[in-house]
Amino acid sequence: MVSITVNGTSHDVDVPDEMPLLWVVRDELGMTGTKFGCGVAQCGACTMHVDGVATRTCVLPVSQAVGKQIRTIESLSTDNSHPVQKAWIAEGVPQCGYCQSGQIMAAAALLQKTKKPTDDQITQAMTNICRCGTYDRIRSAIHRAAGET
Amino acid sequence: MDAPALSRGTFIRLTGALGAGLGLALSFPGCAPSSQSGGKEFSPNAWVRIAPDDTVTVVLNKSEMGQGVATGLPTILADELDASMNHVRTEFAPADPKYGDPGLGGDMITGGSTSIPDSWLPLRHAGATARAMLVAAAAKQWGVDPATCTTREGVVYHQPSNRSASYGSLAATAATLPVPANVPLKTPDKFTLIGKQSRRLDLTGKVNGTTIYGIDVKVPGMVYAAIARSPVFGGRVKSFDATKAKAVPGVTDVVQVSNGVAVVAKNTWAAFQGKNALQIVWDEGPNAKVSTASLFADAERLAKTHQGERIAASRGNPDSISGTVVQAVYRGPFLAHATMEPMNATADVRAGSCEVWAPNQVQLRARAAAAIGSGLPPESCTIHTTYLGGGFGRRLEADYVQEAAEVSKAIKSPVKVMWTREDDIQHDFYRPMSLNVVRGVLSGGDVTALTHQVVQKSWYRDWWPQLVKNGIDPGAMEEVTDAPYAIPNFRATYIDHDHGITAGSWRAPNANWNCFVTESFVDELAHTAGKDPLAFRLALLKHNPRAANLLTLAAQKAGWGRKQQAGVAQGLAVTFWNGSYGAIVADVSMQDKMLKVHRVVAAVDCGTAVNPDIVVQQAQSATNFGLSAALTGKITIKNGRVEQNNFYDYTVLHMADAPSIEVHVVPSTAAPTGIGEVCTPPIAPAVGNAIFVLTGKRVRQLPFNDALA
Ligand code: FES
Ligand code: FES
Repeated sequence: MVSITVNGTSHDVDVPDEMPLLWVVRDELGMTGTKFGCGVAQCGACTMHVDGVATRTCVLPVSQAVGKQIRTIESLSTDNSHPVQKAWIAEGVPQCGYCQSGQIMAAAALLQKTKKPTDDQITQAMTNICRCGTYDRIRSAIHRAAGET
Repeated sequence: MDAPALSRGTFIRLTGALGAGLGLALSFPGCAPSSQSGGKEFSPNAWVRIAPDDTVTVVLNKSEMGQGVATGLPTILADELDASMNHVRTEFAPADPKYGDPGLGGDMITGGSTSIPDSWLPLRHAGATARAMLVAAAAKQWGVDPATCTTREGVVYHQPSNRSASYGSLAATAATLPVPANVPLKTPDKFTLIGKQSRRLDLTGKVNGTTIYGIDVKVPGMVYAAIARSPVFGGRVKSFDATKAKAVPGVTDVVQVSNGVAVVAKNTWAAFQGKNALQIVWDEGPNAKVSTASLFADAERLAKTHQGERIAASRGNPDSISGTVVQAVYRGPFLAHATMEPMNATADVRAGSCEVWAPNQVQLRARAAAAIGSGLPPESCTIHTTYLGGGFGRRLEADYVQEAAEVSKAIKSPVKVMWTREDDIQHDFYRPMSLNVVRGVLSGGDVTALTHQVVQKSWYRDWWPQLVKNGIDPGAMEEVTDAPYAIPNFRATYIDHDHGITAGSWRAPNANWNCFVTESFVDELAHTAGKDPLAFRLALLKHNPRAANLLTLAAQKAGWGRKQQAGVAQGLAVTFWNGSYGAIVADVSMQDKMLKVHRVVAAVDCGTAVNPDIVVQQAQSATNFGLSAALTGKITIKNGRVEQNNFYDYTVLHMADAPSIEVHVVPSTAAPTGIGEVCTPPIAPAVGNAIFVLTGKRVRQLPFNDALA
């Protein structure tokens, strides 16, 4: 039995210690906003905040998430009022949308740390893959949201 | 159902099943009436339903994979209906021939950039007809002449008496009225949404994680499975030992299916672990020795011996023209799609029924696959199409549906079969490799003759055999036979290079490769002739003002011919794709063999831009998709296996390498053509043509990062 705190709620789950947090959250807790894209920390689709840090949870054993604050896309806002969500809508970022939970969580973590990121800082921080090629708009949306978080 | 109404016109009312609302069904000529009606009674397809609460539900017979149909199709209908976009809801159509696209032989296919053009008139007629019925209902209630009523944003107004009624309040009455035939459509100047509506309808769920993709489907009692498939193309299971797999915590079952061995578990991760623990002996079959090198050697032999060569297009006599001869051979790699959402499907097979939830681009073929997998007739199979985490042509296949049905049938439980990224990269239907031999003749600075030989596996042969005539695959000849240039003496030939590597549709098939050849080679000819590549092309496009104007627009916006920053050069290319034109100018630099694409100017002409911002989105998306492949994309084969595994060795474009893309959309009131693909083909040649200016090196093989290394 492992105990983890996701979006402020604590859960006891009966899974092996090495099971990645991503699959615990998706399959065991039934929160599917966070996606699977590669399983090897390459794409960022599985990004959650672990103690405020954008983390690729497909390679994070659940045992390492014990005692930490885990935040998923579901916790950002219920009404799309988070500045990053608002900016994403205003710039018309999503296409298929599959990568966007991860992109948004990565962007939200960046803006927590760096209020007004430069283009270079955005490029450095935003290494998530988008096969629909929404990169231009992700950049614009981060600039738009900057300072509002 | 109201059969007589159908005989009078294209639309019929839906009564009964919809409660008090108005439903309009649309009958496409050539589409079969439903089978249970025995061909007599038409059981219609509901394209639009208007409910008493004012909700306008538009049923989509196309899949939403990012390209924006879930906004575009409702925009078209809602404009003629004069509905408010705030009231519009969408629903994905079930697999049923009634929803087939007559433009695609009645099949349900989301592909080829056909959704908007094929839906343009039917959806406008549906909206206009529904509007006329709502107006008639209001006029009847008020005892006024319908011609004195107006409509706006879901409300009928009668100005003279200052009355108004919402569509929802009129729907029940409207549903009792006869369906008018030949309702006139708006003239473009009356459009309120078409050309204006830019905001996508699917954004909300895509920024808060609530949109349901295939991977997110949950069915009560569902378990999870992963399948070990033959690493060698065409291989089969000889024997397997499941002991270790069954020892993985969470694994509940191991079953053999037609394409491998499935490990069933309580969660996805346990299924993946169990799959890795399987010990399988494969019968590797006939492809065990195949490699990229052997395949290209075969292709070269075919090209040289002209074995099985067919003439796909021919004008004049290219062999007898004398002048400066330029010859070249181009080699294109296999490419995987790598949709962001790996393949998956959820199936629930029971006695007499099979229900499937799958992100797919081909509902009827998915249903046929479910029928094979479940052993039930297609009519007993239901397909629920979810949102797609990317398609790009991969989901025009339904292999993932069949295997999910097989697993569910075997274990007698609903199951989600989930692919790993490795499964996805190694078991794709790849953009086929290609060998293209081109020969041009210049006389007096003009191209007077051109021959283009394509050696490429035909995927239409399996997927769309009725289009393959005389052994010529028209898909394999895209951007060869239909390249926009007028060259007086011309011959295009095709050799179907049959091999065991599965091939399929990949965004803008197969212009995505052939355009690289055509547009690079035209550039070679221009430079050999000592002419400016833009002027040279325009001289060949005198018969095609649309292409010429578009290329000129892109060149002007990009500052073609102006002095560039030190170390930066420009290249350009133009393409024609299923009715639309795209032109691209790329600004490129090279430092220490590091290629950088700084800026792309894209111009597109797709007729009416239904949703202008989605047109821009798609131009950007298609450009980046093509650029990703051009820079690093390649699938290679060794010992019959794909050598790549995941994003670390099948690398794709990241933000760091993504250029800024400026899109110019030609204003037009012509009927719309597609936009999801047209910018994929021209980006690679535009970059290659710039590389030539920078380095003097003509790259005739992709990806660039390999060729330049
Ligand atoms: S799924 Fe975790 S980084 Fe790709
Ligand atoms: S929006 Fe489709 S992968 Fe990013």
